[in-house]
Amino acid sequence: MSDLVNVTMTVNGTEVSHSIAPRITLADFLRQTLELTGTHTGCEMGVCGACLVILDGRVVHSCLTFAVQASGAAIETVEGLSDRAVIADIQEAFHQRNALQCGFCTPGMLMTAHALLSQSGVPSREDIRDALSGNYCRCTGYEAIVDAIEKVARDRYAGANASAPEEVGA
Amino acid sequence: MKARAFNYVKASTVVEALKAFEDAQDDASYIAGGQSLVPTLALRLQAPQLLIDIAHIPVLRGVDLQGDWLRIGALTRHHEVLTDPLIRQHAPLYSEAAPHVAHPAIRNKGTLGGSISHADPASEFPAMTLALGAELEIASRDGVRRVPADDFFLDLFQTAIEPGELLVAIHVPVVRPGHRWAFHELARRRGDFALVGCGILAEFVDDVVKQVRIAFFSVGSTPLRARQAEEALIGKKLDQAVIAAAQAVVGDDLDPPEDEHTPPAMKRHLARVLLGRLLGEIARQGA
Amino acid sequence: MSVLTPLDRPNSYIGRSVPRPNAKRLLAGRGRYVTDITLPRMLHVAYVRSPYAHARIVSIDATTAREMPGVRLVATGEDLAKLCAPWIGTMDHFKGMKSPPQLPLPIDKVVWSGQAVVAVVADTRALAEDAAEAVYIEFDELPAVVDIDAARAPDAPVISPELGSNLCFHGKIDTGGVEDVFAGAAHVVEEEFHFGRHTAVTMEPRAIIADYDASEGQLTVHHATQTPYQFQDIYARHYGLPESRVRVIAPDIGGSFGMKLHMYHEDMAVVGLSMMLGRPVKYVADRIESFVSDIHARDHRVRARMAADAEGNILAMDVEDVTGIGAFSAYPRTSVVEGNQVYRLMGAPYTFRNYRADLQVVFQNKVQMSQYRAVGHPVACTVTERLVDMIADKTAQDVFDIRSRNLIPDDAYPCTSPTGYQFEALSHHACLAKLKAMMDYDRLRAEQAELRTKGIHRGIGIATFVEITNPGPAFYGVGGARISSQDGAIIKITPSGDVHCSISVTELGQGTETIIGQIVAEHLGVDSNRIKVMTGDTDTTPHGGATYACRGAGIGGETALQAAKKLKANVLAVAAAILQDEPEKLDIHSGWIVDVATAQQRIELSEIARIAYFRSDTLPPGTQAQLSVAHHYAPQGYPFAFTNGVQACHLELDVETGLVKILKLWVVEDCGRVINPLLVDEQIRGGVVQGLGAAFFEECVYGDSGQLTNGSLADYLVPMAVEMPDIEIGHVETPTLDTQLGAKGVGEAGTAAASAAALNAMNDAMKPFGRTVAQVPMTPARILKALGHI
Repeated sequence: MSDLVNVTMTVNGTEVSHSIAPRITLADFLRQTLELTGTHTGCEMGVCGACLVILDGRVVHSCLTFAVQASGAAIETVEGLSDRAVIADIQEAFHQRNALQCGFCTPGMLMTAHALLSQSGVPSREDIRDALSGNYCRCTGYEAIVDAIEKVARDRYAGANASAPEEVGA
Repeated sequence: MKARAFNYVKASTVVEALKAFEDAQDDASYIAGGQSLVPTLALRLQAPQLLIDIAHIPVLRGVDLQGDWLRIGALTRHHEVLTDPLIRQHAPLYSEAAPHVAHPAIRNKGTLGGSISHADPASEFPAMTLALGAELEIASRDGVRRVPADDFFLDLFQTAIEPGELLVAIHVPVVRPGHRWAFHELARRRGDFALVGCGILAEFVDDVVKQVRIAFFSVGSTPLRARQAEEALIGKKLDQAVIAAAQAVVGDDLDPPEDEHTPPAMKRHLARVLLGRLLGEIARQGA
Repeated sequence: MSVLTPLDRPNSYIGRSVPRPNAKRLLAGRGRYVTDITLPRMLHVAYVRSPYAHARIVSIDATTAREMPGVRLVATGEDLAKLCAPWIGTMDHFKGMKSPPQLPLPIDKVVWSGQAVVAVVADTRALAEDAAEAVYIEFDELPAVVDIDAARAPDAPVISPELGSNLCFHGKIDTGGVEDVFAGAAHVVEEEFHFGRHTAVTMEPRAIIADYDASEGQLTVHHATQTPYQFQDIYARHYGLPESRVRVIAPDIGGSFGMKLHMYHEDMAVVGLSMMLGRPVKYVADRIESFVSDIHARDHRVRARMAADAEGNILAMDVEDVTGIGAFSAYPRTSVVEGNQVYRLMGAPYTFRNYRADLQVVFQNKVQMSQYRAVGHPVACTVTERLVDMIADKTAQDVFDIRSRNLIPDDAYPCTSPTGYQFEALSHHACLAKLKAMMDYDRLRAEQAELRTKGIHRGIGIATFVEITNPGPAFYGVGGARISSQDGAIIKITPSGDVHCSISVTELGQGTETIIGQIVAEHLGVDSNRIKVMTGDTDTTPHGGATYACRGAGIGGETALQAAKKLKANVLAVAAAILQDEPEKLDIHSGWIVDVATAQQRIELSEIARIAYFRSDTLPPGTQAQLSVAHHYAPQGYPFAFTNGVQACHLELDVETGLVKILKLWVVEDCGRVINPLLVDEQIRGGVVQGLGAAFFEECVYGDSGQLTNGSLADYLVPMAVEMPDIEIGHVETPTLDTQLGAKGVGEAGTAAASAAALNAMNDAMKPFGRTVAQVPMTPARILKALGHI
């Protein structure tokens, strides 16, 4: 057996502190200890992308990180992004385009989409597919996901351009 | 699929990390990004008593130009390799290989030092370390030493790093005018380990190859220099016949293992195709 | 005045692209999958698995494991056999088929590598895995039966000696006259095809929590399955529990595709473990376990030939299929269904009448093989469509022309295939014409010719198909399997006039709840947002077939339609009593009782409900308002509702490396009435990509000793976003007249023909080199070999 260690991190804006075994992955910590079950585990070896979360501003596999390694870090999960409404347009586009079926890969897809769409410019379909290269989906065949992300990219770009003069004038 | 129990310690200096390893009587692993290590722990293929987290040691970070050498800290993440302007300018083969290393989320966490010290023969960065002629700075309780890439990769997942030693930084001789380079890999899916991959760094004087380093990956138990192919190019202009001559011998440079789905004959064939395409690209760079 | 289309009527939902209301929960990270569920005092199980494909169990020593921290129980095959009756995966209508009895965990021998042998239950999964490592099993290795030919050799080791051989089933079909037709045919083409084993790789692995409460003898199973009623029946019968005391709940399911409707040993064991412990026990297969325990599919070697006359009119087919299914036939649906569909679907779109086929289903020491999306279809379709292309080559005809010449004419229905399948109405020619226009075929051919001169090699392949949907009892029931082909629905009106529908078809993300809501809303006459659809709980929904073989929309939808009509009649009867009018003169629109003649609103549905529930005293004497109905529907017309369609694949082959870029896929499909175009198209796209996975990437590779050599998600290649193309879809609608709804199934159509279209496209690309390929997946190694590079 191993010694328990104290981990303290900020999860979805709230500081949490627990004493846990070092072998617990961040994915299991989120899902089991914090009951944030929106993050899924599909392979536990960093291949499927269902467990993606944001760690200090970058999307990572929570199954390839032990929770102790994330002590002191800021984590955001699909629950946090939903509550902050920062991906509301992505979620709406996924819903309208039916870019999910069973929904198990979806939180990871949303993480990747959020990261991609946080960059400037409108990504091409090839860029979107490339960004999704580590996200496995068995149901959709990917096209609807690409469509949904492309739509949000265009809408955000149009919105940013439309609002730009106002910002300048303000 | 849960790792065996282990203890965990976070090191804040190299000395602290080395001492923790020694104190654990070598039953320990360093962890930085963990992108290769964690799956092996989850699968219980490895089960050290102690994990030593080196991800917060400042001296392992940073990218600096030091005269004719670029020092890249071992903790430099793959996504930083992809975007860092100094690496792009001075060690461009790393930058060109980076988009092919796994997927975005892996690149956000994985480190260059981790990839090189893991020494997967199918990985891009170890092979590019060979192609660039880099030197590896390794710390031990006795001090620090530098090992040339040509002497670093010893066997399958085995390097010149002794148990307990720590890769601190990668030193790359900067590319100069007259250098040309090219990278490509053949993979079945984006981000997969390649069927065959290759990076070439060549120095030209008046369109004649003065020096060249050709490094293949996924064709043996380590990344491999294609020395006979290199010989075939030295002192020559890169025309069709010279490229063909290099292609003719490159198969003998490689040592692909038996594998039903990528048999050695296939790897050698693909290596010839890849070499031809890369040398063609390098030839065109001079046009 | 403009003409109103059916979609302009109030509450017209059938035919509309309605997004799925239940998807919002999943998008917010609020799905509730079995993997997410934690029950009070819940324990976790890990299994010790066999490293050998075939071995005798000599001894099991769990002394150390039992003493390890957090361990609550270590159970063996003998322990569970005391509780659980064995099962046998046969059905009567497969004459002569045989399979050995199975138990949750084996007692004396293991028959595949990865078979669970000992269960370790502990406080956490990690602790269970720790203890599992400390269980010592001594095995005596036996020769493994791996190859399908070696398995049938006279001196082959027999996996189940009591069965006498490794042959599970031998079937023959012969319409007669085949030899004579081949002897006299102007053209005969022949090929040997290989179809790799592949597997479902659902995003959520198999997951189950069994919770046995001894105080009232109640078993509750939270089970990631598409068929909860089937498992209620199985758990009750094999554990000797009253069916009324077995509840199976299927919450959100992370993908299924046919994989999660089979009986798995670990899952059956979990029920027994919970009964032994009196506590909830959870099992989630990790991905490594999934590869060695989820069913595999395909694994066929087909030798086939086709005869045609001088003009290219197809005259006959002659087929021999051998398929390896693992060490026993799966339960309760058997492992013969796929082979049976392979040899019955051959040539199904075409007019020829002479057919002969031989099917051998073979035991081997591998993971069990059984039904996965598009059961048998891709094999039959690929063989047929490749041979058709070879006839086209022989007779110098275009691939569209050869099909136009040979497909069953659109006005020739009803008709029957040489193997006895009855076709109500199909639309091959309409689909073919639509596809040709959609893909701009002539331009693609011109472009192909031009690019070939530049050393760029593109291929165009097409494949026509039929799909079996809406199966009646002929599928399972007649064979003695307790698997329903009917469905049931309960629809009730709440006191505020909302509508609640619980139905036996299940939701797997394909959109069942959405389309049922659409159908109920339209046929009852209410806004769809006032309808709540519940599925997946044997305690709260009627018994039914649930989801398999593309039956949800066709059979479940018809059930909902008829139930809604029945309820509407009840509502109108009450309304007529209240309004003192005749029911025939009333209708329901948008939750209002209206005059049929004038559409004038008379009384709101919520008011009817209020009166019925709270002021029944004000109803006319003798009026008993029936605002809930239960209704069942079983298909009675054709044994199956066949659908049809055609796919095209456009790809570019790097002839030096064997790597392929799939440029585009087109599908024209006829699933009868389209209830929700958005959902139908995504079913097709998802299905196509699974077919492309089989065509290019997916294969369970076994070594000579029966070891799966690529059993991880890093080694087994699934289709990913970068490699998959955009897919353009068109529809022809030929509703079935067997139902009022007119809908047929669509979930497997994409998978049925995608690999066939891809194989034909690949052969088209290789044509200038005079090389061919007849094996899927078409790996770079196989392509390079075919091209003569290695």
